[in-house]
Amino acid sequence: MEYEVRNLDFGYRTHHVLTDINLKFDKPGLVCIIGPNGVGKSTLVKCMNRVNKGYTGEVLIDGVDIKTMTSKDISMKVAFVPAGTQDIFAMTVMDTVLIGRHNIQGWRTTRKDLETVRRALEMLSLEDLAMRNFNELSAGQHQRVALARGLVQETPCIILDEPTSNLDVKHQVFVAELLRALAVMENKLVIMICHDLNIAARYSHEIVVMKEPGIIYKVGKPIDVITEDLVRDVYGINCEITVVDGSPHVILKETVDDGE
Amino acid sequence: MTDSDNMAGISSVPEGVPMTERRIPVNDPLVSAKTARALSKWMEIREESEEDRESYRQYDNYVWKKWIFMVACIVVMFVTAGLACTIGPMNITFVETYETLWNHITGNITDVNYDYVIIDLRMPRIFMAIVAGAGLAICGAAMQSTLMNPLADPYTTGVSSGASFGATMAMLAGFTVVAGEYGLVANAFLFSLIPTALIVALAKIKKSSPTTMIMAGIAVMYIFNAFTTVMMLMADPNDLEAVYEWQVGSLSRASWEDITVSGLFVVSGSLVVMLLSKKLNVLSTGDDMAASLGVDTSKLRTFMMILVALVTASIVSFVGLIGFVGLVAPHVVRLFIGADNRYLVPASAVFGAALLMVSDLVGRVVIQPATLQVGVITAFIGGPVFLWLLLRKNSNVW
Repeated sequence: MEYEVRNLDFGYRTHHVLTDINLKFDKPGLVCIIGPNGVGKSTLVKCMNRVNKGYTGEVLIDGVDIKTMTSKDISMKVAFVPAGTQDIFAMTVMDTVLIGRHNIQGWRTTRKDLETVRRALEMLSLEDLAMRNFNELSAGQHQRVALARGLVQETPCIILDEPTSNLDVKHQVFVAELLRALAVMENKLVIMICHDLNIAARYSHEIVVMKEPGIIYKVGKPIDVITEDLVRDVYGINCEITVVDGSPHVILKETVDDGE
Repeated sequence: MTDSDNMAGISSVPEGVPMTERRIPVNDPLVSAKTARALSKWMEIREESEEDRESYRQYDNYVWKKWIFMVACIVVMFVTAGLACTIGPMNITFVETYETLWNHITGNITDVNYDYVIIDLRMPRIFMAIVAGAGLAICGAAMQSTLMNPLADPYTTGVSSGASFGATMAMLAGFTVVAGEYGLVANAFLFSLIPTALIVALAKIKKSSPTTMIMAGIAVMYIFNAFTTVMMLMADPNDLEAVYEWQVGSLSRASWEDITVSGLFVVSGSLVVMLLSKKLNVLSTGDDMAASLGVDTSKLRTFMMILVALVTASIVSFVGLIGFVGLVAPHVVRLFIGADNRYLVPASAVFGAALLMVSDLVGRVVIQPATLQVGVITAFIGGPVFLWLLLRKNSNVW
């Protein structure tokens, strides 16, 4: 699976968000996108699967411009797990995850669909909640159900917007390990937005750092990218970096006083 | 990706190796054995366990319950139809009504009087209740799912206010777009489509969220209602009774011709909503998620609003503004069978039809020989029953 973004620009009516974004992923692996709030991380990933439409530049999946693909074709290549979940008129967890099979299943739900959903729920230890209503779940459980819905789409690429934001440390580490393992074992390209520098630094094969005003600041292996200088430049925070198991580990210190 | 030596360099399985041959646990120092075991539940081909079968059985039962709910509604409709046919000056028993109907269908009419009374005088009212109840309930379900708002109903985009304006104009000012006996119906139908047209145009000009559409609907509704009120204030008070009656809705004037016209709209509209019910499920996951699954959310919304407006207009033009069914029937159905639109839509249809039939029957019995308008009864019975359901059910669908 090859994913490429070329000279991408995007803006809303009142302000510009992304400027000249160029990225290329040509191997399976876990990619983490980090950067401060409002820098355009979500906007970028939503341009990558054409959820956001009015961008200029090109997004190519396996060399094909997604503007020439149908939205169904894109959805067969790229699954998306958004940051928030919507739970009005909630269905059971089973039915909620089954929606991920929208383009695969017919009008009727088959045993194959149920089996795939059940496997995903089991992997995420959600099988006991299968017949519960989605809106009776906690925020962390919501997030895992959304992840299951992304996985049952069985696409070669999966994009996740902060999939660990509501999880306790146990599940944060579990989901990060799982996404890395999925990339390695199933040859998937997993792209996730992440605010936890240490999760990103430890588990990702590659880190994309974004910085104001909506530009790509640096791309590379965590050990090369995550430096004290970078954290200061991008986030305005002093830190100390140690190396644990071959990956950088960030210990945050005080805010840099820039005189403002 | 320029430097690729680390990317997936770790023991990735060559393509073409079948799932069962893949070595699990993962040979990656950063993935714990526990996580690798969890992943194997996803990747490994395994025999169906008793637990798996139990879980599929649970799901199948859950689906079965939905069908049972629908069958129960149809039984209620069938019995209510028989009961409703016994009401009237001529004494016809419950069983005789079905006999007469059966004879009429098989073309073996034994008693011409019975046939005339049942088929031409008493049945139209019942069939209009079925058409109107089913249509309004489906439109309500569709509108709620489309706008993702539990307070939405078939009238949310202003259909009722437009229809009311058109009908009042016909009744009080004597102005009709089409001359003749269908003048009022045509007026109501045409004017009811104006508010939706305005909202759709607005959504085209400025990309608008479901909430904006609902607000726009309310604004348009106020404008039309103001016009209607002005007409009513200036009219001869003696003419107002007809307007009031129209505004609560009544099934008493229904004829087979009316039923055919709105029945065609309701049946074809329902089929389209059914076909789109799976997309409505996708829409319920949120706009971004739906878009990522290949659903064009704004196109689907616009289409549904136009469809709902047409079907609703075809009903209210004939029976007036029957309230409550379109709002509450889908909610009651959700309490019983859940929010999956694939089942919610047909179940709302049969439940809405049954609700309107029962309400009309009660309205005709409760203060005999006088009749209470069906719109009043739906609110009178429906309101308390709905409140009771809200208190009793502990599952939350909203």
